[in-house]
Amino acid sequence: MINDTVVELSRLQFAATALYHFLFVPLTLGLSFLLAVMETVYVITGKKIYREITQFWSGLFLINFALGVATGLTMEFEFGTNWSFYSGFVGDIFGAPLAIEGLMAFFMESTFVGLMAFGWSRLSKAQHLTVTYLVALGSNFSALWILVANGFMQNPLGAAFNPVTMRMELTSLAALIFSEDAQTKFVHTSIAGYVTAAIFVTGISAYYMLRGRHMEIARRSFRMASLFGVLSVAGVITLGDALGFVGGHAQPSKLAAMEAMWQTEQAPAPFNIAAWPDQGEQRNAWSIQIPYVLTPLLTHTFDTIVPGIDRIEADAAARIRNGIPAVNALKVLSADPANAAALSQFNAHKDDLGYGFLVKRYAKDQDVANATDEDIARASKDAIPNVFTIFWVFRVMVACGLLMLAYFVISVILSLRGDVARQRWFLKIAPWMIPIPFIACEMGWVTAEVGRQPWAVFGLLPTWMSASTHSVGYMIFSLVGFVLLYTVFAAVEVYLMVRAIRKGPQSHHAQEDSTTTDPELAALVLTTEKEH
Amino acid sequence: MELYLVFKVLWWLLLGVLLMGLAIMVGMDMGVGAMLRYVGRTDTERRIALNTIAPHWDGNQVWFILGGGAIFAAFPLIYATAFSGLYIVMLLLLWTMIVRPLGFEYRSKLSSPAWRNAWDWTLVVSGAVPMVVYGAGTGNMLMGVPFHFSWDLTSYYTGSFLSLLNPFAVMCGVLSLSLSVWMGGAMLMGRTARGALWDRARRAATVGGLVAIVLFTVGGIWVSHLQGYRIEHAPLPGVAQTPLQQSVTMAEGAWFDNYHAHRVLWLVPALGYVGMLFGLLAIRAGRSTLAWWLGALAWIGVIGTAGVSLFPFLMPSSSDPSQSLTVWNAVSSRYTLMWMTGWTVVFMPAVVAYTSWAFYVMRGKVKAEHVESNPHAY
Repeated sequence: MINDTVVELSRLQFAATALYHFLFVPLTLGLSFLLAVMETVYVITGKKIYREITQFWSGLFLINFALGVATGLTMEFEFGTNWSFYSGFVGDIFGAPLAIEGLMAFFMESTFVGLMAFGWSRLSKAQHLTVTYLVALGSNFSALWILVANGFMQNPLGAAFNPVTMRMELTSLAALIFSEDAQTKFVHTSIAGYVTAAIFVTGISAYYMLRGRHMEIARRSFRMASLFGVLSVAGVITLGDALGFVGGHAQPSKLAAMEAMWQTEQAPAPFNIAAWPDQGEQRNAWSIQIPYVLTPLLTHTFDTIVPGIDRIEADAAARIRNGIPAVNALKVLSADPANAAALSQFNAHKDDLGYGFLVKRYAKDQDVANATDEDIARASKDAIPNVFTIFWVFRVMVACGLLMLAYFVISVILSLRGDVARQRWFLKIAPWMIPIPFIACEMGWVTAEVGRQPWAVFGLLPTWMSASTHSVGYMIFSLVGFVLLYTVFAAVEVYLMVRAIRKGPQSHHAQEDSTTTDPELAALVLTTEKEH
Repeated sequence: MELYLVFKVLWWLLLGVLLMGLAIMVGMDMGVGAMLRYVGRTDTERRIALNTIAPHWDGNQVWFILGGGAIFAAFPLIYATAFSGLYIVMLLLLWTMIVRPLGFEYRSKLSSPAWRNAWDWTLVVSGAVPMVVYGAGTGNMLMGVPFHFSWDLTSYYTGSFLSLLNPFAVMCGVLSLSLSVWMGGAMLMGRTARGALWDRARRAATVGGLVAIVLFTVGGIWVSHLQGYRIEHAPLPGVAQTPLQQSVTMAEGAWFDNYHAHRVLWLVPALGYVGMLFGLLAIRAGRSTLAWWLGALAWIGVIGTAGVSLFPFLMPSSSDPSQSLTVWNAVSSRYTLMWMTGWTVVFMPAVVAYTSWAFYVMRGKVKAEHVESNPHAY
């Protein structure tokens, strides 16, 4: 028997640890590439100042990176510790991208980050630049594999249920990897990281320029990051639109919640700019609409019907009824794998197995054979995520995106047309922009993950069934532990980050890597120093 | 079907390789952390010790992450059942491990002694505790863990947290820690100049080696009296199956079945002894590189011994032995194993190659003046 409180606490713990981890990841993704760009300029021009620029931002990168790595460890284990049924049920598919991520991407990133930090005087310019690129490549590949895994949860492609082993199994790795959902998500998310890094660099550079400190470094950093940022923010918005398009096909319930569309309407349907969704009454208490805009926005056509919540719920009820015999047959097959009648019953209903699971929660003794009409009605209401949350969180994300677009357009114009350091009004605004991409990233996660509810794997496995069978006490213990630890971590990180930013770039002579003892290497250091 | 059997056994071997890689590479860094306050009496000595592993700990730690990922991909039921069943122990492992990156990265960023002492202690704890948990986890697999499945393979753990800290498991944990201290000591001897720190590192490594020999021997005798597990009947090993279709019995000394059936397997524990005995001699002779490689051999022997004893079991159930998890029933599908094998064949050699290159680039001794003059050193 599964305890509802344990499920809710598991969800809370996952959301808290994932959102926290995702505070550090975007900056790592973007800053690693920005560092590679800066160092490329250094290697091409040979100007020492670009080396100082690279080293300064790499110092901040490393402070952030440590926490990204630390909190990532939690995620790698949390599926097993807290989502035990999920892990057994889809591990055959979901585990593969996670393992490949470690093998192909994270090993590369982590091995070379050590050389990036400590190898300045031991590597030639070209070697060090290569190492920096490998760190960037590693972190971005890492994101690719994680989002391939997440893409499967959003739209489970390339997999089929095997009644012999009672779990989902991989049938096509290519379908899993090249799933449109996974690929669009990957590009949208990694570019969101580039935007984050660009704002981080411009914001801190503006802070220096405003105070007349480190002008040479700040001006150059600002220009590089502005260009990087304007390209990225354009990309993130384009890909966001594509994601809505692709994701909307896979998950009509998420789309309907994002737009607070309670009734299916004639195409072209109106678009709610703002609304006050009331889930109990299944309507918007009020809304501000633009007629005809929703359909072309979501479907890129004028005549495609976008299903509203009413239709999605009705579909869910029908699929639950069809899925119940599949669950019943599975129970027989578990004890008697050779039972031919049960197998043919299962095969006739297997497409709706997940919907059969959906009603398990409400059926007497959690046995779907006992499911009543009321149970089915309740379960079909569950098929819709929390509309109010999704509607508004999505809008906050979009608003942040548009705000950042305006910011970067202005910052590029200012820094290309003249000396941005004279535009004090803009320099005053810039540091306050730093939180915006972080908010957008977090809101994006909530839209994607809360919007997928009630499913852990869309249409296949309810979140509610996925959790481990822990006691409430265990869950409170672990949640409190994470909150305490992570709060301390956040305080330490912010303190060190602010301190490093206040201190600013260090003078060059202190940068030598002094672990050199080998006379040959010492000579190498001298020759590289002369080149500057 | 026979191909599936080959993949199953191959992934059992690869799991072993991963656990050995984890023990050798992460254990070395953990060993340095665990003895940080012993080998380093002054702040400079501690910084020297930390900077010997500074460029490498992050890459090495991926063995641990990959270990988790590979168990997930290749043995999903083990990942699901062990990680949730051993919940509090896993949290202990995780919480001590996640403070470690911060300990390395943040410790020397401020010069206040209180700040540095606090991080030193976190490094000591985050070096010692995970390795104890690592060994204790393996020990518990030999003891059997109380869990069972419902019809849909939902797993239920019915033991308490304290039952996981039974004397045998704790002994395995200390064995794991002592081997880590040895590896850390050998690393410190190799990367520091002769002096007080070097002497203490050698002393720690010697103690680690001696304790390891004693505990490995005691463990062997203890296991011969433990209740081992035996499959009575089950679907053929090469067939897709769940843990609900077999029958398993327990018998004293059953963990020695494989050794009795195939005498050549005695070479595995023998390898462990060779590594430990010659490794100790190498440490006494001050031959740190040799001692490191012999330490790695000892790890291979010790983990191999446990693996061979358990085979084909991975996680036996003490409360319902017939629902024990084995290589045959906890493994992924043939298709997944096939692809995972492909990725491993391509990328594992690459990992070994660039890790070796990184060690080569950063070779040489770490000295006091370098640590003190370099503001970016740990």
